[in-house]
Amino acid sequence: MKALKIAEGIYDVGATDWNVRDFHGYSTENGSTYNAFLIIDEKVTLIDTVKVDFLDQLMAKISSVIDPAKIDYIVSNHTEMDHSGALPRLLHRIGKDIPVFCSKMGHKNLASHFGQKINYRPVADGEELCLGKRTLKFIETRMIHWPDSMFSYLVEDKILFSSDGFGQHYAGPERFDDEIGEAIMPYAKKYFANILWLYAPLIKGVLNKVRELNLPIEMICPDHGVLWRQNPAKIVEAYTRWCDLQPQPDKALVIYDTMWHSTEAMAEAIVAGLAAEGVSAKPMHLRTCHRSDVVTEAFDAKALVIGSPTLNNGLFPTVADFLTYLKGLKPKNKLAASFGSFGWSGEAAKLVEDELKTMGLHLSEDPLKIQYVPNREGLEKCFEFGRRIARAMR
Amino acid sequence: MDNFVCLVCGFVYDPNEGDPENGVAAGTPFADLPADWTCPVCGAPKDQFGKE
Repeated sequence: MKALKIAEGIYDVGATDWNVRDFHGYSTENGSTYNAFLIIDEKVTLIDTVKVDFLDQLMAKISSVIDPAKIDYIVSNHTEMDHSGALPRLLHRIGKDIPVFCSKMGHKNLASHFGQKINYRPVADGEELCLGKRTLKFIETRMIHWPDSMFSYLVEDKILFSSDGFGQHYAGPERFDDEIGEAIMPYAKKYFANILWLYAPLIKGVLNKVRELNLPIEMICPDHGVLWRQNPAKIVEAYTRWCDLQPQPDKALVIYDTMWHSTEAMAEAIVAGLAAEGVSAKPMHLRTCHRSDVVTEAFDAKALVIGSPTLNNGLFPTVADFLTYLKGLKPKNKLAASFGSFGWSGEAAKLVEDELKTMGLHLSEDPLKIQYVPNREGLEKCFEFGRRIARAMR
Repeated sequence: MDNFVCLVCGFVYDPNEGDPENGVAAGTPFADLPADWTCPVCGAPKDQFGKE
């Protein structure tokens, strides 16, 4: 396996995980990559590693450039196991007490994963490390998206190694933004919505901090997916926009699950009502659409209308799953409403509403409940419910 | 003395424990933390904390 040369003396030696489809509960329909970067200088430096199962790929790619035993420095931008998992075995194979540069929190977190025997070298925000002809500058980026996260900037080559920031879960023949074009943006957006949404205010701060540092950036190399070399400003601009958390004013989602198609019939009538008022709306069934795809759509929707049938006096399990996931992402600036069909008790719609209130979303309607199967009159109520929500969106 | 929780990462400041790693002695109430004290986990400033 060959390393990919990305600039003079700089290589991507990471791994491609073509087959991963479930990344801790996030659906990765096109796999992912665990990017790692090798810099050949007086001090040969490796930035990040890979998931432990991919150590052989990493070693083979490093070996295609240089004997891995010649690595002098390792930089850990992020402790999460898809980037540090191979670290102990890599060190074992190289057989040296190689310094591992990491943030202060990286030191703590790496030690909590791998113990104290590694030669950790915590660095301060802004600290620089001379590699010979080149200099690495470390930029602390706590909570983007772990406490340990940091960026490393290669001063002379103007390359930002951005850890999980600006990443995408995508494995394909293309390795650069110019090779894939606009088609990469939905993957970048899905990554932002599912991993970074809740940290948007902090990311805004980091983007400003990087701007103030006035670092010229010719390439952004994230730890997942394609590298931004043709137009790194494009993904920075997209992040700036996403960080504002401004929804599309005419977009609504009707998210639901159903047992005997009654809550589904309600969902479709609500969608029709929203559409009748000119809102762009669609239903998303939670056992058809993966929670991470629903969240990607929910991210920039103005209104979320969530429906659950009542099962054994409670929420339907997939709806509870989705609400838990959504709540953790701290949605803001949205209108919300709840609905659901029930047999004899009908708690679910209210339970959905309670969760939406806990999230701090604005509710303009009481929960809409219909017993058993909605008849023509019931469907009309759903249609009007959708229309009223559409008007409240204005 | 009340505990305060970081609204960014969920870290709980317990005044009985303080934050000795960052020079805050056990027994220091949240209100008495220096203005430039930040969350020891995520770096959030004091105004990002709420009563637990």
